[in-house]
Amino acid sequence: MIYLLLFFEFFKTGLFSIGGGLATIPFLYDMADKTGWFTYAQIADMIAISESTPGPLGAKMAVFAGFQTAGVPGGIAAVIGLILPSVIIILTIAKFLKEFRENRYVCDTLYGLRPASTALIAAACASVIKISLFDIDLFNKTGKLSDLFIFFSIALAVAVFLLTNKFKKIHPIVFIAVSGVAGIIAGEAGLI
Amino acid sequence: MSTRNKSGSDNKKHIHLDLFLSFMKIGIISFGGGYAMLAFLQREIVEKKKWATNEEICDYFAIGQCTPGIIAVNSATFIGQKCKGIPGGIIATLGVVFPSVVVISIIAAFFKNFSDIAVVQNAFIGIRACVCALIVNAVIKLWKQSVVDLPALALFISVFCLSVFFGATSVVLVITSGIAGIIINNVRRGIKR
Repeated sequence: MIYLLLFFEFFKTGLFSIGGGLATIPFLYDMADKTGWFTYAQIADMIAISESTPGPLGAKMAVFAGFQTAGVPGGIAAVIGLILPSVIIILTIAKFLKEFRENRYVCDTLYGLRPASTALIAAACASVIKISLFDIDLFNKTGKLSDLFIFFSIALAVAVFLLTNKFKKIHPIVFIAVSGVAGIIAGEAGLI
Repeated sequence: MSTRNKSGSDNKKHIHLDLFLSFMKIGIISFGGGYAMLAFLQREIVEKKKWATNEEICDYFAIGQCTPGIIAVNSATFIGQKCKGIPGGIIATLGVVFPSVVVISIIAAFFKNFSDIAVVQNAFIGIRACVCALIVNAVIKLWKQSVVDLPALALFISVFCLSVFFGATSVVLVITSGIAGIIINNVRRGIKR
């Protein structure tokens, strides 16, 4: 029963991958070795496609892997398997949190968790900036400082930052769409 | 959700649908993983729907870091549960993954080399730059809620540096910071006494 197997394998992945979608990747490699449902090259494709489509990365990896193996029902079985453990765990924690929000120790813990959470998000933000605005590989190859910066991306990021803070009413999706178009135009014009 | 006015019962009936659609929207527009989603959560859930506060979102992300599963899913479950109990949590979660299922199934079926297409690549160079700015905005908002005094600032700096320069695991950092929170507040109360 392929659907049940897909569900079970991704259930295990969901249960043990802590810290976001990228944490599922090592489990996918194991799965490729064990089941032969997909190859390493297909995992690389999956990562590339996941990064260029909307939505949570882990869920998309599961859908893609499930689809490759057993079509649309396979994709659905895999994604439900992946999210089920965390849904159960979070529902349990949420209930606990609601009841104990007034508890002194819970408040003290949250006081410490909040700056840590913000710092981890800031760290993730730093790595996104590193990948998106700088070309470290090219810089290492040529050693030219001007190769380190992706000028188009930096200019666009600064422009979006200033505009989002000036026009707070405009929905972020507008900026995403405009930036996508700007990327296409810049590509046609040979700027990137 | 409390029923505040005459249309209250109406709202109640539709809140399940509203939860699903709101999270579906977030699932559609959040390019670049769970962290990019933060900007949209703040916009849709905190500012527009008022289903959660910035502080709570920060808590959910912290808990999401040290529990298994995808952070986007974890936050959706949390917020849905807060609004409408267990069914709410499940509905919000299904909403956030639904667009991924549709989009990926289509791409997997029709495009063999989707991400190799030049136009797609260029569009994503632009989108990635935009996402950088959006995440910076999101972090600034969270910063105001979480870095409230000097010990909190010290925690922020330590966790940031340990994570960026030493590659420390999020789980360990989150658990240590929780314990540090208890110690800091107990020391403080001790001094006051």
